[in-house]
Amino acid sequence: MANVAPTARPDRSAIVPGRLPAVPAPRRLLGKLSLTWLPVAPFFLYVTIFMLLPSLSIVQGAFSKSTGSGYTLDHVRTLFDPQYRDAFWTSIKLSVATALTGGIFGLFVAYAAVKEGAPRWIRSALITFSGVAANFAGVPLAFAFIATIGTTGVITSFLSSYGIDIYSNGFTLYSFTGLTIVYTYFQLPLMILIISPSIDGLRSQWREAAENLGANTFQYWRMVGLPILWPSLLSAMVLLFGSAFSAYATAYALIGSGSVNLVPIIIGAVMSGNITIDPNLGDALALGMIVIIGFTVAIYALLQRRASRWLR
Amino acid sequence: MRARRLGFWQVFWLVAGALFFLVPLYGTAEYSLETGPGQYGFKHYLTILQDPAFKASFLYSLKIALATVAIGIVLMVPTVYWVNLRLPRLRKVIDFLAVLPFVVPPVALVVGINRLFTSQPVLILGQPQRVSFWLVSGPQILVMAYVILALPFTYRSLDAGMRAIDLHTLTEAAQSVGASWTRVLLSVILPNIRYAMLSAAFLTITLVMGEYTMSSLLLFNTFAVYVEYTGEAKANPAAALAIISFALTWAAMLGILFLGRGVGRRQGQLTGTR
Repeated sequence: MANVAPTARPDRSAIVPGRLPAVPAPRRLLGKLSLTWLPVAPFFLYVTIFMLLPSLSIVQGAFSKSTGSGYTLDHVRTLFDPQYRDAFWTSIKLSVATALTGGIFGLFVAYAAVKEGAPRWIRSALITFSGVAANFAGVPLAFAFIATIGTTGVITSFLSSYGIDIYSNGFTLYSFTGLTIVYTYFQLPLMILIISPSIDGLRSQWREAAENLGANTFQYWRMVGLPILWPSLLSAMVLLFGSAFSAYATAYALIGSGSVNLVPIIIGAVMSGNITIDPNLGDALALGMIVIIGFTVAIYALLQRRASRWLR
Repeated sequence: MRARRLGFWQVFWLVAGALFFLVPLYGTAEYSLETGPGQYGFKHYLTILQDPAFKASFLYSLKIALATVAIGIVLMVPTVYWVNLRLPRLRKVIDFLAVLPFVVPPVALVVGINRLFTSQPVLILGQPQRVSFWLVSGPQILVMAYVILALPFTYRSLDAGMRAIDLHTLTEAAQSVGASWTRVLLSVILPNIRYAMLSAAFLTITLVMGEYTMSSLLLFNTFAVYVEYTGEAKANPAAALAIISFALTWAAMLGILFLGRGVGRRQGQLTGTR
């Protein structure tokens, strides 16, 4: 063993047929390693400087004392004060609500377009349109809804000309319900884009086999369809949750920094100096968001693994 | 496929979906065309198009978008090429890193970037560096952040493009006639992934033109900031801007769809500026 020189080590890539022969055998292993890694070094450097370090900086800020040096748990503890706890709770509720509305609505629309004798053009039109609508978010989306069902919106005035005042029952666009409706506009197409391949994966033979055994539609769904689809379904909704939880522009353009207490809105207000909060508390809030999103991603990854069992 | 009649529920959900998609668009269009009670015209569009701030912010965002595209491509093409050619064992790591920006909320990332770069100059070896001053002296910092935001889409487009061609054979053939690594990349690989690059570029431009969170919080007057600012004061022109934004998104998505024929399966349609 002791006689094996590093240069004698066979290069695996040289003996795989169709693979590129190795770079001229370098003297030292280290030299070879650094050469092979050189082309990807800028990428790692860039990601470190502009993503990983800023994230670490948030962690550092969240645990740093506001005055002087040293570390503290105060800011993270403050997150559990009623005001901030309520913001996290509202953000989570909004994200769950829109994941459910967008998710369930999207599932039905996608299923209607993808399965059972729907003409091809409906499907491709829906997918294309979903691609656009999922990207039509942020400030313009908020304005679209203000123009449609805002206090002077087109639909609002149309209905009121027939004596129906949608604002008389306590409804307002600039509220939790309003935000749910507006968010659903990008959640629904997102769901359609994510879930369509999984619905495709439901083979028609499974349905025919179930029908041959005497199953009705409900039994097919309860015993075959849903058990296969649920991991994809849940993981899609988890993704929708994350998408709504991170959203800032749409909410800001719609409600400003008032009426609905959301975490991204508070963070934005701290950063732009609209409310005087300790900047370190802003870091703690951002850290809180990242932690929740981290959990979301972990759940997503777990469900994806289950989903991929059936859908190859 | 058997010709089957559409079921009742199928039609119901398709119509419901179509209404939910189209009614707000119709509402916005009508609102943007309304010039008085019962009167319609393109007045609000003219107001917008004649506003010097519209042109200025649009071009400003477009410049930022093109810079983002350029840096993203220069950064990612060699990386994706090399990972596919020589370092397949790194794929998992890069997959993970490239998906992270989709997951880290922009509003949180901007807090970190602001903390790290703009609050105080970055110290390297105990000295504040010129680079960090340069970074925060203009929209450079925004471009750097947008490259990160666009990473998932750039990476996936380029990766799909490179997987679709035979990198090994192309590289080997080019090298056997004496091409250098630079030459291989520029004259052989790039022309073969031009659709993938264009598709990445379209996605990045769509993302940057609509990005509000970071640009507003870092105080840059981008297009999205202009749109928001207009909306605070003038509701009808804001609706016209919403329609213009929607048309731009359409144009970009149709561009990708059209290019998609050259790449095979369409990839990464979600840009995510919520």
